[in-house]
Amino acid sequence: MKAVEVRGLIRQYGGKPAVHDLDLDVAAGECVAILGPNGAGKSTTIEILEGYRHRDGGSVNVLGVDPAQPNRAWRNRIGIVAQSSDDLRDATVREAIHHFSRFYRQTRGVEETIDLVGLTEKASSRVSTLSGGQRRRLDVGLGVVGRPELLFLDEPTTGFDPEARQQFWQLIEQLKSEGVTVLLTTHYLEEADTLADRVVVIARGVKVADTTPRELGHRNEATVSVHWLENGAAREERTSTPTAFVAGLADRIGGEIPGLEIRRTTLEQAYLELLDEETQ
Amino acid sequence: MKNYAALCADRARFELRTTLRDRGTVMFSVLLPIFLLVIFGSVFGKGSIYAGSNVTFAQYMVAGLLASGLIYGAFQQLAIAIPEERSNGTLKRLVGTPMPKSVYFVGKLAVSAFIYIFQAIALLGLGHLFYNIHMPVSAHLWLIFIGVSILGLISSALLGVAFSSLAKDGKSASALAAPLVLFFQFTSGVFFVYASLPTWMQDIAAVFPLKWLAQSMRGVFLPANFSSHEVAQSFEFGRGFLILAAWSIVASALCWRTFRWLGKGRD
Repeated sequence: MKAVEVRGLIRQYGGKPAVHDLDLDVAAGECVAILGPNGAGKSTTIEILEGYRHRDGGSVNVLGVDPAQPNRAWRNRIGIVAQSSDDLRDATVREAIHHFSRFYRQTRGVEETIDLVGLTEKASSRVSTLSGGQRRRLDVGLGVVGRPELLFLDEPTTGFDPEARQQFWQLIEQLKSEGVTVLLTTHYLEEADTLADRVVVIARGVKVADTTPRELGHRNEATVSVHWLENGAAREERTSTPTAFVAGLADRIGGEIPGLEIRRTTLEQAYLELLDEETQ
Repeated sequence: MKNYAALCADRARFELRTTLRDRGTVMFSVLLPIFLLVIFGSVFGKGSIYAGSNVTFAQYMVAGLLASGLIYGAFQQLAIAIPEERSNGTLKRLVGTPMPKSVYFVGKLAVSAFIYIFQAIALLGLGHLFYNIHMPVSAHLWLIFIGVSILGLISSALLGVAFSSLAKDGKSASALAAPLVLFFQFTSGVFFVYASLPTWMQDIAAVFPLKWLAQSMRGVFLPANFSSHEVAQSFEFGRGFLILAAWSIVASALCWRTFRWLGKGRD
């Protein structure tokens, strides 16, 4: 079953194409990450799917509804974590979650939601006193208090320190394990690698890749580099058969290979190479 | 999800609680007319407004400040709060939930009504205790007072919502709205006696609601024979009602045509 189906999506700003002929599918229960440089059309796409922006062409189906005609029953089934906002400053965390829980038909308990996003200690604090990471977790809390089937996350961890990002990823993993479909945009390749079942890369409004994180840029097949130390000098060899190479090396050196490392192309390298090809 | 009335009540409570935690709003939209009464009342309060009459300047002032309260609590408060909420993501977040959109406006109107009722009680209470202000003398005048307050609140709030489309954020909204409110207070008979203003000033003010709100409030709080001091020799209740109703209709049409939930270029 599909949660999201997009065919030939077109959106222009002042005659210039922001999104051009984009297809996108997200299966129910799947986590899909949309990657791309700034201005690539990631947020435009996600905001069209959220019902915030109109489109100039193509068909869009989100949970069986065209987001250009959003209705309340549909809004009940989706959760939105938009790009950073600065609202609710004068409410406490608990007041905000409680207030928003009133809008939905089926809700997660207020305390349960606060607990889920790890803000129990901050429940009675004003939102204006939260750190960036806590504020973002509140945004997720507000996005999931209505038990959405589909959760949109638009650059959820921008500006996080590594620890906050790790905690945030655990939270999303937990939502995924509850069966929530997740569509996220991000600048962080590691985030997509950790969370996403599938990555879609958009550059200049056009989809340039749609695959699993492992297979992006054929990095599962590509050559890997083997690094080791020999006579005190760093050595490197690129090979597509690392197992055989290391076995040979072990025979030659006779025993344990000093400083042995095998490095596969990271998602980031694969992604940058992909964008490089696109812009040439 | 709860029923519509309960949702409106929830929203009103939430809005009221969070709005009253904002010091800027409390100072400039809630307490200002009360400070003005204390300052003007203490300086000029005991003097007669017209030579030979026993009606004090404070009595004249209270009518104007009640009219101003409607402008502060509804027009100014909404004209600043809504652009602020449009730029900080409040409106975007709300429109992404199943909340019926009208609940937002009901919440705003409830906050305006609460602020005005608080101001009216404070102005009349303090005025009565310290500046010898007299209450309306008949049930008929009390009814007119309530009627002017309700219509004033509605027209002022609608104009605030319409005005909110002009500014891109809260800061530029207060730079636009606050001087405008001040201008109309000077020209509509709040700080000065309306009849003593230059004719061109009277003519400009007479197009806009504050002049009619202040004049109707004078009709409620000044002796009936003071109508002879008005430019039209009358407090013109009927005309005032019609003009406020007309502004409400114009403002509704403007809101309908121009209100945006998301910032510019974000459709």
